[in-house]
Amino acid sequence: MSCWDTVMDYGLRSIGIGERLLPRSDFTLCQQFTLIGSGMIWNIYFGVLALAFGFFLSIAVALGKSSATPLIRKPAEWFIFLFRGSPLFIQFFFAYFAFLSLKQVAPIFDPLTSAAFGATIVLFLNTSAYAGEIFYGALKAIPKGDLEAADAYGIMGWKRFRRITFPTMLRLAWPAYTNEAIFLFHATALVFFSGFPAWQQRGDALYYANYFADKTFNPFVPYPILAFYFILLTLSVITIFGAINRRLTRHLPQETRPKLRLRLMLVR
Amino acid sequence: MFEICADPQNLQELQWLACYLTSGKHILFYQSFGVVMLLLVITAPVSLGFGFIGASAARSPIAPLRWFGKGYTSIVRGVPDIAFFLFFVIALDQAFEWLRHQVKCPDWDAPIRQGSDFVVCAQAKLPLSTSPQWVHESYGFTLAVLTFAIVFGAFAANVLFGAMRSVPRAQMETAEAYGFSHRQAFWRILVPQMWLYALPGLSNLWMILIKATPLLFLLGVEDIVYWARELGGSKTARFSDYPHGDWRMYYFGALLVFYLLLTKLSEIVLDKLMARLSHGQATAAGEAQRKAAA
Repeated sequence: MSCWDTVMDYGLRSIGIGERLLPRSDFTLCQQFTLIGSGMIWNIYFGVLALAFGFFLSIAVALGKSSATPLIRKPAEWFIFLFRGSPLFIQFFFAYFAFLSLKQVAPIFDPLTSAAFGATIVLFLNTSAYAGEIFYGALKAIPKGDLEAADAYGIMGWKRFRRITFPTMLRLAWPAYTNEAIFLFHATALVFFSGFPAWQQRGDALYYANYFADKTFNPFVPYPILAFYFILLTLSVITIFGAINRRLTRHLPQETRPKLRLRLMLVR
Repeated sequence: MFEICADPQNLQELQWLACYLTSGKHILFYQSFGVVMLLLVITAPVSLGFGFIGASAARSPIAPLRWFGKGYTSIVRGVPDIAFFLFFVIALDQAFEWLRHQVKCPDWDAPIRQGSDFVVCAQAKLPLSTSPQWVHESYGFTLAVLTFAIVFGAFAANVLFGAMRSVPRAQMETAEAYGFSHRQAFWRILVPQMWLYALPGLSNLWMILIKATPLLFLLGVEDIVYWARELGGSKTARFSDYPHGDWRMYYFGALLVFYLLLTKLSEIVLDKLMARLSHGQATAAGEAQRKAAA
């Protein structure tokens, strides 16, 4: 069997298209590359959805935390503490079993026990809390002069937020937010190890890497392949977010533009 | 545990709960919290040591040493930590067995990797198949600690490397002007001063380490996650004295609370430590303290 056939068979295996049976013996390098790569579909799916929805909630949370009314501020603070103060791994477990109990109450909650929905919700809430803290920090760091200038021009309320506060906040927060996005993609690797079942062996990249490591008892092939894919993913995230960063800072003089700087924080 | 617990069927609600929560398996569950704390207490200094070695190597004038240090600090970038955990546990185990195999059975001629098997001679097995159960368990735990220390050592190396560079250059120049050797300046000037700059990064790392402890479960250690799954699952009257439904949600809720408390406690302690270290320093925090006192 040529490598191309393997790609045809297993390229979309993680979403249930193609050959049903996973390879059981005589593992080739091509099979490992294809299946682990196919698993990346899940990592990208989780990451993109959680980021896309989380962006809006995190801004809401950040605004909530900087609100003067305790009735709004306290829930936002607790939300951030709850999700930043506990391990994502435990959050996954807790959410999965909570969803299982909900399922007993009403069958409408059935989809939540699948990784595709349930895990996405947990990741969405988790990233909202982390990014909310980042945006909150950026809100606090908006130069006083910008807001005073807005006042002087009579720009108030919603208009001030949309024209002054929000763009400045986004620009200040963007490097840190890029890191958060990268870590979120890394965190997606936890999903299938924390309660959520991989239905019909449709798992993410780490799931397949672990499968091969267990079967061949040789960790030195599948995990470097996984690392290769994740480094590729990280680089694409940096490229995309860097392009947005350039757009956000396009009006600033060249040397004062904040550069994207990768900081290390890989576990959550 | 208590006298009344001998016959759990006839107990009232509260008594039942008290007996249930003090059953033998629950005692093991409580002990596994100790395992987590033990892991934290051992891993933190060991990975700090690894980090220190890595950071010192990364600024060494000897090129291969520098490459090693730089390589070590950058391996953990870009790849999920959980992949490292899963990788290192098997890789370390096989590395140890392979080394022992080379030493103990030099005239073994069969290949070590036979298809999907990893075969070393019986004397090289770790732990030996004849050793008692506790040796097996502590070997597993040691592997887990070593894995944690390697991964977190790389994080710590990154933090310490940055902290060493943050120490004002003038301090080192003064040391050189006084005729300190390279080694003396490093140990007497750089190392004592770097901690202030390293502390924010290290406290962040401590928080991350706390939040990484449940990954012990993936390394095959019987930790709190293992017991929460074990005890929370529904039990029928046939196999247990305390039958109950699926309570895993509550067990994991309790773990969530445990971690939140641990985080809060650490925050308080680290804030105190930072305030103490900033005392008298020429930094914004130190300046604020001086102003508040004056």
